[in-house]
Amino acid sequence: MKLLTLNFLTCAIKTCKTSPSSFPLHPQDSELEIVEADINVLFLRNMLPRLMWNELRLIVNELGLPSLPETAPDASSLLETKLQVPEGDTTGLNIEKIEVPSQVAKDLHRVLLETCIREGKLVCGNCGHEYKVMEGVANFLLPGHLV
Amino acid sequence: MSRPENTLPPDLFYNDTEALKYTTSSRIQKIQSSMTHRALQLLQLKSPSLLLDIGCGSGLSGEILSAPSSAGTPGGPHIWIGLDISSSMLGIALEKEVEGDLFLADAGQGVPFRAGTFDAAISISAIQWLCNAESSSESASGRLSRFFNGLYASLRRGGRAVCQFYPKNDTQKTMVSSAAVRAGFGAGLLEDDPGTKNAKTYLVLTVGGGELDGDITGVVRGMEGVDVMDQRRKVKGRKRGEEIQGSKKWIIRKKEQMERKGKVVKANSKYTGRKRRIAF
Ligand SMILES: C[S@@+](CC[C@H](N)C(=O)[O-])C[C@H]1O[C@@H](n2cnc3c(N)ncnc32)[C@H](O)[C@@H]1O
Ligand SMILES: [Zn+2]
Repeated sequence: MKLLTLNFLTCAIKTCKTSPSSFPLHPQDSELEIVEADINVLFLRNMLPRLMWNELRLIVNELGLPSLPETAPDASSLLETKLQVPEGDTTGLNIEKIEVPSQVAKDLHRVLLETCIREGKLVCGNCGHEYKVMEGVANFLLPGHLV
Repeated sequence: MSRPENTLPPDLFYNDTEALKYTTSSRIQKIQSSMTHRALQLLQLKSPSLLLDIGCGSGLSGEILSAPSSAGTPGGPHIWIGLDISSSMLGIALEKEVEGDLFLADAGQGVPFRAGTFDAAISISAIQWLCNAESSSESASGRLSRFFNGLYASLRRGGRAVCQFYPKNDTQKTMVSSAAVRAGFGAGLLEDDPGTKNAKTYLVLTVGGGELDGDITGVVRGMEGVDVMDQRRKVKGRKRGEEIQGSKKWIIRKKEQMERKGKVVKANSKYTGRKRRIAF
């Protein structure tokens, strides 16, 4: 499960829905893995306004990963311009400007889309319910009396 | 063809054997793929989005959602999260190394994501299963309403959902779509190849606000071949000459309705629906 997903997941138990402490769920005994994926700046830009940045920082700390900056990056910082020689041009006289993902974008991509919880559990801060994660799949089936 | 929904609960029906048979059948692959493309066409995504796939199974739709727009996925590649109640189906999705995050979850218990999470949602051949109550303590209507309420909240304002499903009959079709309307969705039903054995039903849902602010059913209504279900339309966009609540025409129609239901109603007279003079 990507850390991106954890930034949107809440406790499934009805009485927790209204309690602020049911989000984010806290990973415990987790085994992390990096799953490489193609960077998609348009997707990152789409998600930025929807992220709960403080909660993302909290989870990153709980997992013992390097801390994130205090404030979320600005959408405009996701791309940077690079100068390069046009492909196939050997004259050495031409130069073109292209937009490429910035380091900020690459870091964000790494945290949100490539850092995954493989094994462990997610614990609700309100009711204490534990959701098991196995092979990256979280079990959100609730026993009937908790629905 | 017999309905698997009538035989077993979904997590038992889709066991290891059935899940493998389902996923490797080239006939099924082809049908599920074409329905996914149809749903994507209705979702009209313009850029890479965060999507929910309800009853994602082994990820036949998911593989399409993860594909770039150059491979025929509008707005793609998208990032998706899939829910399914069958661990065998999810097991196959894992073996195929699909890119979406998977959850073992019962959509009839709700949608465990915070408000405004998803740009859109898709569900292919799954939600008819919600009409079967899994245990005695649950009703189909309770499961449908928990699902649609949760789905509605988890979509961002202006978001959409398309659910292709196999209703058992017209009653079930109405039960599902009215549960969606009650949850707040603007809803429309689209039928492809109606009346044939290949008939496909798509429930097209819109969430008000965002770009759609004002008229939540506007988008569904603009789509070709979509039958708008939303009840509010009558009230909102009433044309001159259409009946007004409380008018004579309205009262007569209500009376006819009640009579059909076997209720006793007062006979119509020339006073029916007239304004009463205020008596001093
Ligand atoms: C016909 S398969 C479709 C799978 C996938 N959407 C596709 O198109 O290939 C129906 C799926 O719905 C799932 N399902 C049935 N009831 C469900 C529920 N209450 N919650 C989540 N998934 C459910 C089943 O486990 C099964 O994987
Ligand atoms: Zn909880």
